[in-house]
Amino acid sequence: MAGVHESKVDEAIEMGMQVVKEYTADDDRLMTLSVGPQHPGSGHFRFTIKLDGDYIVYCDPDPGYVHRGEEKMCEYRNFIQNIPHLERPVIHDSANITYSYSLAVEQLVGIEVPRRGQFIRALTSELDRQVYTLYWLAIYGIFLGHSTMFMWPTADRELFIDLLDSLTGARVTHAFNIPGGVRNDVPEGFKEKTLRHIAYYEKRLKEYEDIFYNNPLLRQRTEGVGLLTKEDAIKLGVTGSVLRASGVPFDVRKSEPYDIYNEIDFKVQYMRTGDSFARAYVPFLDMKESCNIMRQLLDKMPESGEVRAKLQPNPKGPAGETYRRVESGRGALGYYIVSDGTPRPYRVKISVGSFRNILALPHLLVGSKLADMPSIYWALNYWPVEADR
Amino acid sequence: MASYPQEFRFGNFIASIIWLVFWVLLIVTLVALPLIFIILFYVPLPLANGEVLTPYLFLSMVVDPTRTLPILQFFMQTDLFKIAVFPGFTYAALIAAVTIFVERKFLAKMQLRIGPLYAGKIEGIFQLLADGLKLVSKEIIVPSGADKPIFWAAPIAFVATAAAVTALIPVAPGWVVADLDVGIVAVFAILGFFPLIALLFSWASNSKYPFIGGLRALHQLIAFEIPFILSALSAVLLAGTLNLSGIAEAQQPYWFVLFLPISAFVFYISSLAEVERVPFDLPEAESEIVAGWLTETSGMIYGLIQLGTYIKLYALSAIFVVLFLGGWSGPQIFPQELGPPGEKTPLEQMLTLEGIYNPGTANAIFWFTLKTFGVIMLMLLPRGISPRIRIDILLHTGWYKLIVLSFINIFIALALVYGGVFGPEGILTSG
Repeated sequence: MAGVHESKVDEAIEMGMQVVKEYTADDDRLMTLSVGPQHPGSGHFRFTIKLDGDYIVYCDPDPGYVHRGEEKMCEYRNFIQNIPHLERPVIHDSANITYSYSLAVEQLVGIEVPRRGQFIRALTSELDRQVYTLYWLAIYGIFLGHSTMFMWPTADRELFIDLLDSLTGARVTHAFNIPGGVRNDVPEGFKEKTLRHIAYYEKRLKEYEDIFYNNPLLRQRTEGVGLLTKEDAIKLGVTGSVLRASGVPFDVRKSEPYDIYNEIDFKVQYMRTGDSFARAYVPFLDMKESCNIMRQLLDKMPESGEVRAKLQPNPKGPAGETYRRVESGRGALGYYIVSDGTPRPYRVKISVGSFRNILALPHLLVGSKLADMPSIYWALNYWPVEADR
Repeated sequence: MASYPQEFRFGNFIASIIWLVFWVLLIVTLVALPLIFIILFYVPLPLANGEVLTPYLFLSMVVDPTRTLPILQFFMQTDLFKIAVFPGFTYAALIAAVTIFVERKFLAKMQLRIGPLYAGKIEGIFQLLADGLKLVSKEIIVPSGADKPIFWAAPIAFVATAAAVTALIPVAPGWVVADLDVGIVAVFAILGFFPLIALLFSWASNSKYPFIGGLRALHQLIAFEIPFILSALSAVLLAGTLNLSGIAEAQQPYWFVLFLPISAFVFYISSLAEVERVPFDLPEAESEIVAGWLTETSGMIYGLIQLGTYIKLYALSAIFVVLFLGGWSGPQIFPQELGPPGEKTPLEQMLTLEGIYNPGTANAIFWFTLKTFGVIMLMLLPRGISPRIRIDILLHTGWYKLIVLSFINIFIALALVYGGVFGPEGILTSG
């Protein structure tokens, strides 16, 4: 990421600007392509693009194919019953999506989580960050035609899925973080097993870097592609790795530390170039840093103690509203809960990172080449199911 | 609703089989046999070792081993055998089949997977058979608005064109279907059909993604044609002939790859682009344009195009071996005679292939196949380690970098010829 990389970015800015100026969207020579929802490179998502030759001149994202009404469903269940269905939008990162809900409910009800419970919660959050990011990286690999990068992360995901399985009893949807703490204490020998897995995993991360990130063909394809400047990133309201790739060192764990994150020593990983390569590399750096965080969590965790605060069977808070957010695999993930004093929430609004990031898609795709479409789209760290909720 | 007999009776099942056998026997005796006799009456039969090769004689080889070898010998001299079996289609298709299986296992090992496992007990060895059966049994869907004649003809033309390249490859001295004096030119002439077929098929599909894929295939194949020809040209300069057998013979002691490493590299890269393999698989780039120009293929149409692609892979690897790796040359490892010396019983004669076995040819075939497989493995390797390249980078590579590189090696080849190392009366010229 030295000078060579940045000079390429400058070149691409010039080229990209030129293209956007030259074309308008209404022209007979354009070809309209509907990408998705059955396109292998789209996921549960559709966007319409218009092509002039190999250049994309128009893009219209059309999410909503997997809308399940999660927010409305919350209004018919009490605060505890909401946990299992709230993790459905992003099952690979279910610890984080229930984490911020639990934080919001705790603030509303007014309870304090025991210290050991806070550590276990942060640990599941970091484990799920790994699971999600590995899955994301696998798909990024196959989107760029690198089949080995699809197979390796999907295999190494098992390391963490195995740990989460022994901790929570479920491979992906844990329903483990609940208001008041976590459901259970860690099993015997969990710390040693986790340290062993992390040690192996860090060796593997070096191999990922060799085969994927340092591959000259990948560098050629992603460097200087889909540039998002710092100003645009802030203006469009992107979050998570996309924002950090554009040079904004924003991480909820650092800027608004929740639970015990202010006791953990870690760096916010960010890059300045804001191209597709940076957006692909920042999650990788996050995974590396997350290994650090997990080691510290395991070291500093109290040897014994409660893991869950006692709650009423049907907890309810005073009438009022609350907002809490955490740093998920895709960026800031917040819950805005309005309560009218009954055991059921009056309104729940989930603010997800995916939906914020997809707003940058038309901005980035217009002026780029068709071949760059998958690399730009998936580097936005977008999870269609989460965005549709 | 699946249609299955509501009341299944085993007796009915047996009766239906007997009924079937009855009808087959009836039709064979009343229609098929008379037809065969009528045809045999009019068609002049070939002579095998002075005897008229009647169906009876042909069938007698099943029971009398002494007759088998002469008949086999006779068949091996015919052109049909060369075209259909040995250096021709069957050999190429067999290598293609082995390639597909080896590729799957090889790639799986690179990616920490197992690969095919269940079909055929031992390491999924019948996976290809299962896939073939699946493709044959699938319905072929022709898109509405497709140009039907071209849609049906293009896959067959694809396989036929790929097989036509294999006809020019000398596998062993004398074992080549068409030993043309302009062999290498003919190879490129045939390869020139592929962009045409890809574009025709994509246009005939009447769909957007195939069309983009077809245009990409056209750009890619044309961009790499020139470095492809130029890199082969330097080998031609050193050998002093366009005949592929001649080129292979010219490098008996010293392989051309020793003098033309840059050409060999350019040829390898261009072959990868020619067979549309990773990293040059952008005509079929899945995440961008679904399946490229193969998007509308289904069933055996897809199977035929895949078969054609793998035959093409074999053909290009074989040409690489002929041009740069000395063709069939290699140390003699086969014995002069199979089995113990001395008089043999008819059965022993058959087992040791007396009259057919030729140590020189067997050796040539062995080394040629081994080298070709080595090159094929080299072509499979990038699939495990490389992402897809982008079209503008690809065209830049094809039109600028590779052409310049192949010109450098042409000058080296010219220097070798004018310096008296190769060419007429050269120091290293063989023969």
